[in-house]
Amino acid sequence: MAVKFVRPKIPKFAPDPWAIQFDEQGHLRHLLTIEGLGPQWITRILDTAEGFVSVTDREIKKVPLLRGRTVVNLFFESSTRTRTTFELAAKRLSADVLNLNLATSATKKGESLLDTLRNIEAMQADMFVVRHEQSGAAHFIARHVAPHVSVLNAGDGWHSHPTQALLDAFTIRRHKGDFTPLRVAIVGDIRHSRVARSQMHVLNSLNVGELRVIAPRTLLPTHIEKLGVRVFHDMREGLKDVDVIIMLRLQRERMEAGLLPSEEEFYRLYGLTEEKLAWAKPDAIVMHPGPANRGVEIESSVADGPQSVILEQVSNGIGVRMAVMSLCMSANRGENA
Amino acid sequence: MKDAPENLGIDHDPVRHPEGCRPGIDCDRWVIRGARLRDPSNGLDTTSDIYLGDGRIVGIGEAPGNWPTDTAEHVCAEGHWLIPGVIDGWARLREPGHEHKATIATESAAAVAGGITTVVMPPDTIPVLDTIAVARYIKRRAQLAGRARVVAIGAMTQQLGGELLAEMAALDAGGCVAISNAHYPFQDLRLMRRALEYAATFDLQVLLQPLDPSLSERGCAHDGAVATRLGLPGLPVSAETGPLAQLIAMISETGARVHVPQLSSAAALKLIERAKADGLPITAGVSAHHLWLTEMDTDALDPNAHVIPPLRTIRDRDALRRGLAEGLIDTVVSDHQPHEPDAKLAPFPETEPGISGLETLLPLVLKLVEEDVLDFDRAIDALTTRPAALFGLSDSGSIAVGQRADLALIDPDAMWSLGSTGMASAGENTPFIGWDFAHQVETTWVNGRRVFLREQ
Repeated sequence: MAVKFVRPKIPKFAPDPWAIQFDEQGHLRHLLTIEGLGPQWITRILDTAEGFVSVTDREIKKVPLLRGRTVVNLFFESSTRTRTTFELAAKRLSADVLNLNLATSATKKGESLLDTLRNIEAMQADMFVVRHEQSGAAHFIARHVAPHVSVLNAGDGWHSHPTQALLDAFTIRRHKGDFTPLRVAIVGDIRHSRVARSQMHVLNSLNVGELRVIAPRTLLPTHIEKLGVRVFHDMREGLKDVDVIIMLRLQRERMEAGLLPSEEEFYRLYGLTEEKLAWAKPDAIVMHPGPANRGVEIESSVADGPQSVILEQVSNGIGVRMAVMSLCMSANRGENA
Repeated sequence: MKDAPENLGIDHDPVRHPEGCRPGIDCDRWVIRGARLRDPSNGLDTTSDIYLGDGRIVGIGEAPGNWPTDTAEHVCAEGHWLIPGVIDGWARLREPGHEHKATIATESAAAVAGGITTVVMPPDTIPVLDTIAVARYIKRRAQLAGRARVVAIGAMTQQLGGELLAEMAALDAGGCVAISNAHYPFQDLRLMRRALEYAATFDLQVLLQPLDPSLSERGCAHDGAVATRLGLPGLPVSAETGPLAQLIAMISETGARVHVPQLSSAAALKLIERAKADGLPITAGVSAHHLWLTEMDTDALDPNAHVIPPLRTIRDRDALRRGLAEGLIDTVVSDHQPHEPDAKLAPFPETEPGISGLETLLPLVLKLVEEDVLDFDRAIDALTTRPAALFGLSDSGSIAVGQRADLALIDPDAMWSLGSTGMASAGENTPFIGWDFAHQVETTWVNGRRVFLREQ
């Protein structure tokens, strides 16, 4: 007769990819993607962040919201800035923070993602902040964590980086107020950018006036227009009447993969110089998720210039991440936040 | 060549009685009463008794003279349909090499539970099916399992490396029903052309799946709107149509008989249509899941919807359905790839592709009939007659006196839904859990032996 294997139970699939983000009462439990949040939740996160950004301006920067809680930074891909701001955000909420740089350790030794997860879960962690090079990794972890654990996506593959997009929306709102009359342009390597995808979802959810992408076709994925953007290949046309310019980081590997002939050509065509910046509205702000490659996608004088809000993005990032952490944790405690 | 196979010590009748004949259990003689016999290949659609003996169909309507009806086992099958057993032209059973996923024993049991009586296995086993020893091993394992007939496709190149030709003629003589390089690429086009030329010398049936390795590198989903949104590396349609066009060009030069086991796109279907219109010896198949699922099903990042070739757009799916209905697509296969749970426990791009499809092949195709996409005759033709012709299994795939008694008895009003616990396959990796079906396989006979009886 046939031998039947004994199998562990496989968890069931949620019909909507984003439904898993909410608990049974409809509270935000995980933040994996912007999709499914809707304008209400996005606005609520941004409003909550306003309060925390003022905390960070105070002399004593701590609030006791997450006292006694453990936040684990699970970084399967190395990152300094994002990890640091998540760490600072957790510490300012009085949580205990554990940083695990897994890019070099466990998984390289053949340990499976699920095993790593179970081990850290056994250390009574309350929240995982996850960065992974594979799209869908944060969803996978959220689907398999213990019921008391929240998962925040700090970037998965080319898919999603929701806190970055939220802090960008926060920064834009602080400078421009209403989103509906705004023209926003995202420039550069859209194809490989999780930041760009999340920005598209967040800005379209907030009903931005017009969202544009500017890049050569090799840096644009198929059917990008279906995400609600207008496609431009020329900077002069694309930047016309734009209120916000978001530059994306260009990685050197892209030349080797045959997507671009050279850094020089890219800079000449798409690099944000003072000359090109003049094509946008005079009060346009310049953003970059960092770290910027000066002389590749952005000129130093623009990055450091009066229209640049790049450093502000970094400090706003702490407040936005504090907001997300506190909202997810309050859902977890069963509190009606 | 096929008429007088050289005997290399391989039993050409793979399913025997490993335990000996137990009367009433795996009785040698059967009388199936009152079933509606449906076999479009010879225009059969009649309610009649059918008599099985010594592995063959011995009588339809009445028993042959002097046939010991009294000692035969009787089955009352009123209200049921009896169809020729399904021949699944492309299914991995994972043995030898991946026994942690499944074995020939578990999967041949799953096959007969799905009404499949013959399973055709691609050569990508470990060790690769490029020697007669491996072919013989597989046959022996199938005999010991005693469920479905398992026939093998031999490798086209040694180790499937795409560099050195395998001993195709010997593999053919040793009982391989076709040759293929599975999903492995040839080192270059020159080698591919040589391999086709050599295969054409002996008029061997070749199965090749067009997929350009450089265009499909890292790709795990159709290069379209859904992959763009989810940030998944895409597999463009040109990864299929590019090499398919090259293949067609070489078929016209070499005259090799080639079958493409799984089409995934409307554009590829168009190429097949043109090649067929030009009279080239090309045939094509489609997997059952490509007739039902689209890129939208990868939307929830369900690793069970991770398949290669990928699920494409609704337009592609509808074109494939039309192609099948019109007969441009000859066969439907399960593309069965059972996995252990760990293979699917990872972020979507890191999971192993494939669906455990043996038990849903026939139900999914009959569901198309129910939804008027396909007529019944074409459905049965694509699952039995055409694959039998393709693989030279002349005594299979139809209900007629003298044919092998490979039959499936179907309850056409069963109304059941697929549950994860009810699967016979060792792999439960299917996106069809929870789907409702009307037709259910009740009993399966292989070589005149009852190898499956659904528990009530």
